[in-house]
Amino acid sequence: MSVTQSNRGSASAYELVKGSREFGTLRRRLGYYVVPMTGMFLAWYFLYVILAAFAPGFMRISVFGDINVGLCIGLLQFASTFAIAIGYGRWAPRHFDPLAAKLRLRLEKGRRP
Amino acid sequence: MTRSAAHVQAAHVQAAHVQAAHVQAAHVQAAQTVGTPAVNIAIFALFVAATLVIAVAASGGNRTTTDYYAGGRAFTGRQNGIAIGGDYLSAASFLGIAGLIALDGYDGFLYSIGFLVGWLLVLLLVAGPLRNTGRYTTADVLDLRLRAVPVRAAAATSTLVVSLFYLLAQMAGAGGLVSLLLGVHSAQGQDATVAVVGLLMIFYVLVGGMKGTTWVQIVKAVLLTIGAAVATVWVLARAGFSLSALLGHAAAASPAGRAVLGPGLLYGVNTVSKFNFVSLSLALVLGTAGLPHVLMRLYTVPDAAQARRSVVWTICMVGVFYLFTLVLGFGAMWLVGAKQIESAPGKENSAVPLLAFHLGGTVFLGLVAAVAFATILAVVAGLTITASASFAHDVYAGVMRRGPGNESRADPEDEIRVARITAVVIGLIAVVGGIYAKDIDVAFLVALAFAVAASANLPSILYSFFWPRFTARGALWSIYGGLISAVGLIIFSPVVSGGSTGLGGAGPSLISDPHINFAFFPLDNPGIVSIPLAFFLGWLGSVTDKNVSDPARFARMQVRALTGIGAERGSRG
Repeated sequence: MSVTQSNRGSASAYELVKGSREFGTLRRRLGYYVVPMTGMFLAWYFLYVILAAFAPGFMRISVFGDINVGLCIGLLQFASTFAIAIGYGRWAPRHFDPLAAKLRLRLEKGRRP
Repeated sequence: MTRSAAHVQAAHVQAAHVQAAHVQAAHVQAAQTVGTPAVNIAIFALFVAATLVIAVAASGGNRTTTDYYAGGRAFTGRQNGIAIGGDYLSAASFLGIAGLIALDGYDGFLYSIGFLVGWLLVLLLVAGPLRNTGRYTTADVLDLRLRAVPVRAAAATSTLVVSLFYLLAQMAGAGGLVSLLLGVHSAQGQDATVAVVGLLMIFYVLVGGMKGTTWVQIVKAVLLTIGAAVATVWVLARAGFSLSALLGHAAAASPAGRAVLGPGLLYGVNTVSKFNFVSLSLALVLGTAGLPHVLMRLYTVPDAAQARRSVVWTICMVGVFYLFTLVLGFGAMWLVGAKQIESAPGKENSAVPLLAFHLGGTVFLGLVAAVAFATILAVVAGLTITASASFAHDVYAGVMRRGPGNESRADPEDEIRVARITAVVIGLIAVVGGIYAKDIDVAFLVALAFAVAASANLPSILYSFFWPRFTARGALWSIYGGLISAVGLIIFSPVVSGGSTGLGGAGPSLISDPHINFAFFPLDNPGIVSIPLAFFLGWLGSVTDKNVSDPARFARMQVRALTGIGAERGSRG
């Protein structure tokens, strides 16, 4: 609880952590994963939206029977969403959580003399 | 403002009369098409009784605020993920999207993709940091970063506004659904049903708290998925398990023909409707990460890793469900037909129930209808607990009862008492609003809630996690700017006045008299303007603020957001 009600004194402890090399690694690791991923899925989604709104003719091209390009791209949106979600769900416990836990434990120890 | 409000009111009365006439006209036909009300009522009653037992059994003492608001933080990621799915898949998803597909084909499918893809934003940028830095509400997060009481009040205001819009949409949907399924066609009968929904929801929330509400949502989510899966397999079996054949049959049965298989029927009419669609898509994909009732559920798990797991589960569940609605929508287009759907009370919302009746007769209809009803109850309960927590925790404890050092002087028992009273008040507002709003299109209200959530909530959440220079003034500008511009643009859009909406040019405005026209904003959905504006205002308010951002606070925020230090952990943590 003492951590929750932090004051200026403990905030500067946070600044020390924030400046540490390990926290930098943690932040970069997460950033390198989630930022490009977010950019990619948003770009891919808006490409789809723009195609649906402004290129309906393209979306109507038949791929197989009554299944057209629009339906395929739509279903690919589902596939990419599942893939990103499951991929992140697997990546984070391996590459992010252990380092975060290590830093947290060290902070908790440092705080309780 | 008051004049236009009076106009709105007058138009509503008018619209209500028109609607009542429609309902009566549809009565004769509908009575023959939707099975036996007695069977439906029996199945409904069984469902309600079962969920009440669950809520009571699961409640297990809501003594602390953590119990009441966050279910003791004892749910696993999987349980919570399914519950979030139950919270998210509202009547608008289940009935609305399938109905839109049944009438407009592909363009209905576009809705479901926006509703799904938006979850990635929650997963990648919001879930973990939010769980690590807040206790019960998103206002907690902003408060940790900015330590400003007015920001807490602003965040609570936007939470309440978004929740109320969402709540009204669900209540309005309940009225229409019940009129279709229980043979309740009189206006009084529908009003009484809305009141019953409201009372049940108050009961769930008062007795069950977050734990009871969560279990109701889990049970509902499982039943909804099973029901939709059975109907989907059934439809596919009819089409020889060929998606192509199903689409072909559906297109052949539709008055629009093969046009239903591609985009454009609803949004491709003209340039305005195309931009309308882009605006809607923006609101859908960015709105989910700002929905307070979804975000609050992330606090019911022990830690950030479980919060992330919750969202992965939710994405899988919601995605599979939307794939079902694609089949169900085209199935209804083929087997039920646009003509019968449009003449039924509730119009496109009745497509799935009518399909269920076509497939499995009275009993299957009754089951699907009961699931739909449970859906509304569960979502409404989730919204009520979020709104009551926001008022009790943020407004009452965080603003009204704060001490000199900004700490709250309200004791937990007081806070829970206030939350319970608020739940009752919100329930009553929802009942009155639901009766009043039952003629408003459900999908419109939900899309508005998404636009407001994306404008008012999302920018300040993202800025407080990731932008070092964010200040309290930036937060206030962003929240109020987003809230006012989103709601304001809706008021001055074709949705409210001018005769007909831009959405395919077909829907009537709320004010159906075309002579009353104060719609200067051409789009139905404000997202394309209000969301960038809110991000811009957040930036502008911060960089022009004389009180520059405290680097120590940002350090604390980031370290806590990423490592989870200082986060309240759950009993399984």
